Amino acid sequence: MHGIPRKALTEEEQGASSLKSTKLRDLQSQVLHFHHNKIYTKEAIEISAKLLESNPEHYTGWNYRKLAVQYRLNRRFITALKKIPDEEELQYTTDMIYDNFSNYSAWHNRSVLLSNLMEKGGNRYDKENVLGEEYEFVRNALFTDPDDQSGWFYHLWLLDQTLKQEPVFLSSWPPNGSNLYLSLDGRLKGQQSLPILHFQSKARKFPLVLYFSEAVEGVSSSTVTVEYQDGDTLLWTPLSANNFGFSQAWLTYLKFPDEVPSSEALPVKVTIAHFPGITSSSGMPCSQSCHISFSVCVTSDDQEHSEVQSSHRISWKEENFKARATQSLEANLLHSFSKLEITKENKPSTPKWSMEIISTEIAHCRELLSTTNCKIGKLTLARLLMAHKTLISYGSPGDGTEVHYEDILALYQDLMKMDPAHICYYEDDYSLVLLKQLTSNIESLLKRCDRYQEFSSPSTNPYLCVRLNGLSLSRIGSTEHLLWVQMLDLSHNKLRSIEGLETLQLLSCLKLSHNRLCSFTSLEPLKKLKYLEVLDISHNEIGAHSIDTRRYLCSSPLTHAVGGDWYFQKFVDGDVKLNNHWDAYLLFKDLNLVQLEMIGNAVGDERFKAFLLKLMPELKWLDGEKCR
Amino acid sequence: MEHLRLNGAYWGLTTLDVLGKLGAVDQDKVVSWIMQCQHESGGFGGNIGHDPHVLYTLSAIQVLALFDKIDVLDVEKVANYIASLQNEDGSFAGDIWGEVDTRFSYIAICSLALLHRLDKINVEKAVNYIVSCKNLDGGFGCTPGAESHAGQIFCCVGALAITGSLHHVDKDLLGWWLCERQVKSGGLNGRPEKLPDVENGGISDRPDDAVDVFHTYFGVAGLSLLEYPGLKAIDPAYALPVDVVNRIFLGK
Repeated sequence: MHGIPRKALTEEEQGASSLKSTKLRDLQSQVLHFHHNKIYTKEAIEISAKLLESNPEHYTGWNYRKLAVQYRLNRRFITALKKIPDEEELQYTTDMIYDNFSNYSAWHNRSVLLSNLMEKGGNRYDKENVLGEEYEFVRNALFTDPDDQSGWFYHLWLLDQTLKQEPVFLSSWPPNGSNLYLSLDGRLKGQQSLPILHFQSKARKFPLVLYFSEAVEGVSSSTVTVEYQDGDTLLWTPLSANNFGFSQAWLTYLKFPDEVPSSEALPVKVTIAHFPGITSSSGMPCSQSCHISFSVCVTSDDQEHSEVQSSHRISWKEENFKARATQSLEANLLHSFSKLEITKENKPSTPKWSMEIISTEIAHCRELLSTTNCKIGKLTLARLLMAHKTLISYGSPGDGTEVHYEDILALYQDLMKMDPAHICYYEDDYSLVLLKQLTSNIESLLKRCDRYQEFSSPSTNPYLCVRLNGLSLSRIGSTEHLLWVQMLDLSHNKLRSIEGLETLQLLSCLKLSHNRLCSFTSLEPLKKLKYLEVLDISHNEIGAHSIDTRRYLCSSPLTHAVGGDWYFQKFVDGDVKLNNHWDAYLLFKDLNLVQLEMIGNAVGDERFKAFLLKLMPELKWLDGEKCR
Repeated sequence: MEHLRLNGAYWGLTTLDVLGKLGAVDQDKVVSWIMQCQHESGGFGGNIGHDPHVLYTLSAIQVLALFDKIDVLDVEKVANYIASLQNEDGSFAGDIWGEVDTRFSYIAICSLALLHRLDKINVEKAVNYIVSCKNLDGGFGCTPGAESHAGQIFCCVGALAITGSLHHVDKDLLGWWLCERQVKSGGLNGRPEKLPDVENGGISDRPDDAVDVFHTYFGVAGLSLLEYPGLKAIDPAYALPVDVVNRIFLGK
């Protein structure tokens, strides 16, 4: 099948070929006959040898031979499994690597062995020594042949091991030290002292979100204690796009008790990792416990006001956005943001040698790049510089140098030019670094916050909108700094996926127009946003592709996802044309939108719109028109 | 290639369906031939009289799925055959001779999913075994510790997709590795040629080599995934046309 040149056969060759086939078929039927009738004579076995010589892939022929040999020789094979100690294996991989650096298997086996040895502990295999030696070892490979990738993958693994640490609590909503105002009707009141801490909830319920440095499991009422008026056991759910149990963000709901008068502020104290049980996906325990406290009270509202609020439409017009105008608003935002940062006690402690290793590796990498311009070397440098920044943010003592986000972004821009085959990969990394830069301090984040007030309805209250539009973002990150956001503009970017948005539990208005969303399945994270009312997904690519590349990244009957009801056929009412919209059904049945924009996609005929109206009974505005 | 005729049937017929020409085939004849390939154990052999193996069992199920004729099977019997091949550690043997390979994990999971009998195996253990075959570069091998290989990666990623376990895949790392498979000419393996004429055309493993149904299938499937006009969409996990997969899991 492989490597056979194409040429037309001569008559002679055709004749020879069909003769050969006949012979083979004849041999085959003989062997099958022996096999089915359990004939294991010497002659029969010889015939099977002829068959396998001509066609070594004839698996039934081999099966026959195995049975024949067993029958004739009556031998039992005893396999003695010798247990080779790990250290010998390690030396073996060392030899193999010296023999040929381009030896993926050897590097891989080495990483597995070292993981085992470091875990077992002992003086000879403590992490600092082992990693130090391994970096030196792999450096030989990298300098010898920088374009060979096997060494670089091992280097990446070493980097992971160097940075690996316990998961740590990063941020929450409501933030530590805040005063939350629950309004029972109506929308946000910008004029109030702290707009980001004003939350509308008809049922006196509000979310409590905890955000960790990496995906963890085990967040429950056994590991997190919440001291609050209501003594009920709380149910914590992971906020990952798929429900598999590990997540960076975890959610529960607290209810302001009915019997408490509006004027009273109730204190809430949360102790995270009060008891052991929270672990990362790599098995590291969250052992450092920490507290956050905030208070909650209810504000009474104007019933009339709320009527006006709910019937107007968000137009997202540019003229409606004003840079944060008032001084008091700025001061208040600054005040609340400082409370969002993690306190010193919460910061993870990293060993001193981590920073030393990173610094050394940065130097070596730069040295390598001064002589050769290899893409994976550049990528590694970008990763090392990010690691440097991460360690600093975690409280690690510096090494005297400062890394600037601009340098890392410039590296990725270089890579996009020199290696267009991997442009999507670089765009994703670039987006994450850019978002880290934008959310790294209060000033830069404030520059992205605008007040939004509908020009046509000046009596309504302004919103506070975070504007991340037009940044060429292909991926979302740094959501630990955005848990408070209620109105978000992500339009005019390059988003193919919106993973990460499921952690922004307070989102009520979201603009995703002019992106690269190709399917309804890519919008699955929105199903976790219980307060989302206004959604703009216009001018994307939904329905424009015959292949849905996110089909298996969302939960559906195709991925054997458990839970959730599936009454698609009932909704479709026998309308065959809607059979292909199972993905829209899965999405919109769990959304309760008031306003939706989807013009500029390749879906949305009248039938489909009627289908949407059935799925979302609260929908008032569809593509700018009143629909009820 | 008599011993893998059932695979050939799958390759050829799926290609025809993607090209919109499955109607040209005598469905009943094919179905009755397939059933003759079934062994008393419930599994299917590569041809009539050949020993059963999961490789051919999957192809049989897939061809029947194309024709919407899975109901001619004694589903319990076939499912039990496949489920009996799962080992303690979650891995799967290909047949009674015990060879273990992640390809067989994919085959078992794909087959049982199409038969709606995934509950017959320990899915969690099966997934854990596949994850244990994950390598440094994000790829997967045929057994734990084996080098990453594109074919094995398809099988492992496909199995994880079907069981809703794609979160175990480092999408960025593996994506990088897979993109590296592309050569300067733009091709991966089996570079597709133009398809002016279905009856006389075909695709080979590389330019100027002899054509065969195996590479024709993969070439056409690849074109479909790249949204080549005029082709039906193919499902990347079950390797069957999307309308067939939708009918099995979302319809009725």
